[in-house]
Amino acid sequence: MASDASVPRNRLAVAGARATTKAMLSEQPRADVIRNTLFAGLLLLSILIALAGLFALVIQAFAKGHSALSLDLFTNPPSTINPDQAGFRPAIIGSLELIAGVILFVVPIGIGAALYLEEYADRSRWWNRAIEINIQNLAAVPSIIYGILGLAFIVRGPLDLGFILAAGSLTLALLVLPMVIIAAREAIRAVPDSIRQGSLALGATKWQTIRTQVLPASVPGIATGVILAVSRALGETAPLLLVGATVFVTFDPTPFSPDGYSALPVQIFNYAVRPQDEFQTLAAAGILVMLVVLLAMNSFAIWLRNRYEQRW
Amino acid sequence: MTREEVRITVRPEEFQHPDSSGEKVFELHDIDVHYDGVAAVKGITMDIRHKDITALIGPSGCGKSTLLRCLNRMNDLIPAAEVGGELLYHGEDLYGPTVDPVQVRKLIGMVFQKPNPFPKSIYDNVAFGPRILGAKDGLDEKVEKALRSAALWDEVKDRLDSNAFGMSGGQQQRLCIARCIAVQPDVILMDEPCSALDPISTGKIEDLMVQLKDEFSIVIVTHNMQQAARVSDRTAFLMVELDATEQNRWGRLVEYDETEKVFTNPADKRTEDYVSGKVG
Repeated sequence: MASDASVPRNRLAVAGARATTKAMLSEQPRADVIRNTLFAGLLLLSILIALAGLFALVIQAFAKGHSALSLDLFTNPPSTINPDQAGFRPAIIGSLELIAGVILFVVPIGIGAALYLEEYADRSRWWNRAIEINIQNLAAVPSIIYGILGLAFIVRGPLDLGFILAAGSLTLALLVLPMVIIAAREAIRAVPDSIRQGSLALGATKWQTIRTQVLPASVPGIATGVILAVSRALGETAPLLLVGATVFVTFDPTPFSPDGYSALPVQIFNYAVRPQDEFQTLAAAGILVMLVVLLAMNSFAIWLRNRYEQRW
Repeated sequence: MTREEVRITVRPEEFQHPDSSGEKVFELHDIDVHYDGVAAVKGITMDIRHKDITALIGPSGCGKSTLLRCLNRMNDLIPAAEVGGELLYHGEDLYGPTVDPVQVRKLIGMVFQKPNPFPKSIYDNVAFGPRILGAKDGLDEKVEKALRSAALWDEVKDRLDSNAFGMSGGQQQRLCIARCIAVQPDVILMDEPCSALDPISTGKIEDLMVQLKDEFSIVIVTHNMQQAARVSDRTAFLMVELDATEQNRWGRLVEYDETEKVFTNPADKRTEDYVSGKVG
């Protein structure tokens, strides 16, 4: 009900609102347009710099190594005498066995640690917070340190496994374990509390809730984390050199054989340090093989995430 | 009888559902709930009758949901929560030292404010409860029976294997009710079950509640006074109480009676103001 007195006030309010709207819809100032474009350009440049390294590597490796790309690369053992026929077979098998061991080790332990931290640990206790911070720090420790750790405690020391492939696997597993724990924690945290409460309200125990609701719902996230961690393990060279990935192996390695083992990046390194052109070409071809494997694994991880990720 | 003398473990298999109506399912004596030492509700004393629909109404922050979560020990999941006073369930101390909260929740189910189906098929959602109870045979019958009781069977019988996330909000909430029924509880607690739903879905759930009353005792928290008036037999009105400094606030039971009396002839002025829409 508008009284007579309120009519001019209404008009004033309407006029004010119109003026505000008009001001907001008017053309953007020129300086703003320039600033926006400039800023977007800078951001684009940042991406290009980040990608330039990868492209340079791929192009250079391809230009140099494409002539050596053949099936022999996968089926032939390395050779110092005969670069024409030299390949990566023992190194590829060694790498596959290494990452199989890594997966066996990091999946149960990584998930277990993540479940403890997310579902059981009482955040108000200082030691649980200390554990959390330390796991995040562990992920940033240089890999060579893990190599020294592996040498001191796994190859020698308490475990005393010797220079065998399994020792390399364990060392790499320790290296990527923090990554897996962090990824698994994020996946577990993404499961909403309403799901846990719904399950508990039906009379499920905490462990039943975790086993039948939380874990299945977080599997895609955990799997993605594991694949990314494994692809990191696949590319690691430094720690392996310390725990016995000898540079020259012409036979197929087995996990517990004391005769030594090799891995793809170690073999590439071995070829790359030789002065002859043929070995340089082989190293470049090896880089291509490894890049393809790594990109395939990472793409699979991304596909897995997009395909199975639960949207709540 | 002091609390120490009570040595009873509530177990669903031993428990006989009493069917004499008018019997008390819950007896609350001077219930206080504190979170981190701060009171959320104080001094609640009320009896909740068997096979009735009991509504808890009141303004936001009056502790309706907190009180509801005491009844199936969901408050145990919040480490900072502390429940004081005496809460009897069919005469047995629900917070007795030998009572396992997991067993309590098998008898006293809960439906939440926002539908929370599991990210599984419709069938697996309903079968979840019987499965964790160890049922292996006759799952199909149990699932069908629960879905029929929740008035959902005809809508979903052809797509039991499809993901529950593909259902509408109202269907999801009825699925959550079916999931709860499948465990064959004694009591169903509902925490504002219709607040995320449209009026048609709300109507369906209200009809469902009235049907379920024959089998279960229902306690419902609702913001919607018409809903309480439509479905409940008895209504409890809670209100926010402030201390002298107005710094601390907690919920207090103002009036608890037959729904008709609470809405037409309330004993307390505050109840009258609230149900007539003057405050709140």
